[in-house]
Amino acid sequence: MASAGDFVLTVHDMTLFSRKPKETVSITYISHAGESCTAAVPVGTSVMEGAVSNSIDGIVAECGGACLCATCHVYVDEACLDILKPIAEDEEEMLGNTFAKRQPNSRLSCQLSVTKELAGLVVRTPEAQQ
Amino acid sequence: MPAGVVIVGAGQAGFQCAFSLRTEGYDGAITLVGDEDWLPYQRPPLSKGCLSGKQDLDAIALRPAAYYEANRIELRMGCQVASIDRKRLRVALVDGGEIPYEHLVLATGCRNRVLAGFEGACYLRTREEASLLMDRLDAAGTVTVIGGGFIGLEVAAAAAGHGRRVTVVEPQARLMQRAVGPIISAFYWDLHTRHGVRIALGTTAAEVAPADLVVAGIGVTPRTELAEAAGLAVANGIVVDERLRTEDEKIFAIGDCAAYPSRFAGGMARLESVQNAVDHGRCVAAAICGKGRVYDAVPWFWTDQFDAKLQMAGLSSGYDVQVVRGDLANGKFSVCYFRAGRLIAIDSMNRPGDHLAARKLLAGGLALTAEQAADLSFDLKAAI
Repeated sequence: MASAGDFVLTVHDMTLFSRKPKETVSITYISHAGESCTAAVPVGTSVMEGAVSNSIDGIVAECGGACLCATCHVYVDEACLDILKPIAEDEEEMLGNTFAKRQPNSRLSCQLSVTKELAGLVVRTPEAQQ
Repeated sequence: MPAGVVIVGAGQAGFQCAFSLRTEGYDGAITLVGDEDWLPYQRPPLSKGCLSGKQDLDAIALRPAAYYEANRIELRMGCQVASIDRKRLRVALVDGGEIPYEHLVLATGCRNRVLAGFEGACYLRTREEASLLMDRLDAAGTVTVIGGGFIGLEVAAAAAGHGRRVTVVEPQARLMQRAVGPIISAFYWDLHTRHGVRIALGTTAAEVAPADLVVAGIGVTPRTELAEAAGLAVANGIVVDERLRTEDEKIFAIGDCAAYPSRFAGGMARLESVQNAVDHGRCVAAAICGKGRVYDAVPWFWTDQFDAKLQMAGLSSGYDVQVVRGDLANGKFSVCYFRAGRLIAIDSMNRPGDHLAARKLLAGGLALTAEQAADLSFDLKAAI
């Protein structure tokens, strides 16, 4: 039979659990000038949100992640391209209208959901977004 | 320390102005005063991603706290300005104290229009209101939304997506009448109806049957009291010139609260949108840094409801010819609006490429004929 002391402990543990920080993966953002910043980005957010919450310059994200302004354009390191989900129709259409030239490794970072598989992802930001 | 820039209002416009001041190289003091307790945040997700459950309320801050510290932007949150002393170049705070300014930027935004006779109604403008609405939505079986504009319909779509029985009540004869043409209104009537939302057009709140939850999205009014009490001109917003300056050269107004001359409106405009807030913020930051320019950005807006993404460029009211580009039946089309032979706006439904081309066409005042617009084999980019 559990004593009162055990009960308190259990509640305490639950509190700790609920405050456990979200799992993160490390993502590296490299600016057009070559400045590199590696950030711990929570799983379940987007590569764009990871940039904004770490004050990375070079990603504007004017629409806040709705895939409709093309100002979170990034070039994904070739070695990482295969781990990303394919480009959807609306992203494809927006990529045809980016400010900086579209390359074969162009993506919109708001459409890149962060999963454990993305650990170590490297993206480069273009010279300008608009 | 010399007085710097004081920005009253820490929404999207106020934040952007502070942000752009630093990127433009401004080195003086920047104080951002906001009456909410949260770090400056984005409002669009409140009625879009957050309400539908795709986005976390904790993930909508425009920048983390460390950003403000690193960029020497003093944040005064939970703080209200009581008055402006234009002679002494100071603002007085409600809880005492004064802040001196060299330049004052009013980014006071709007407040909700209140629905008379519905004391328990929910609204949706702030993060607090969004939290309350989400809680109330959890416990409600039936939801009545008063107002068939963007906010009302986004709430209706999210509530229907969560399996609630939803009725939208709109006094006008069609949905989103203020912002879009009748073809788009009809498309949304059909979209919502297909998802089980009941829509009562030409109906007022007084005629509504009771529901577990009533949400009012009946518009907002600009917060102009501070400007008015300081003797500045107010007419549906704080009146500014084409550089967003009030009659007092030390005071600017930006974002939802500002009424400014617009070539797209053909007169004074006051727009409630992220684009307007962001571009106003940038324009005034540049002006303060001695790089002043006439504000001339193309207005654009968007709304997400169910799986339909509508993007609007330009202002369509007052059109005399409208042309459909694409296929209404498959939900991928644009409506191009012309006045006196000139393109004035394009509303794009699930055609983002048309939208971005539209913004460029409108910015350059470039020629596009109705025949070209209607011809899908004609690439809009070719006219740029």
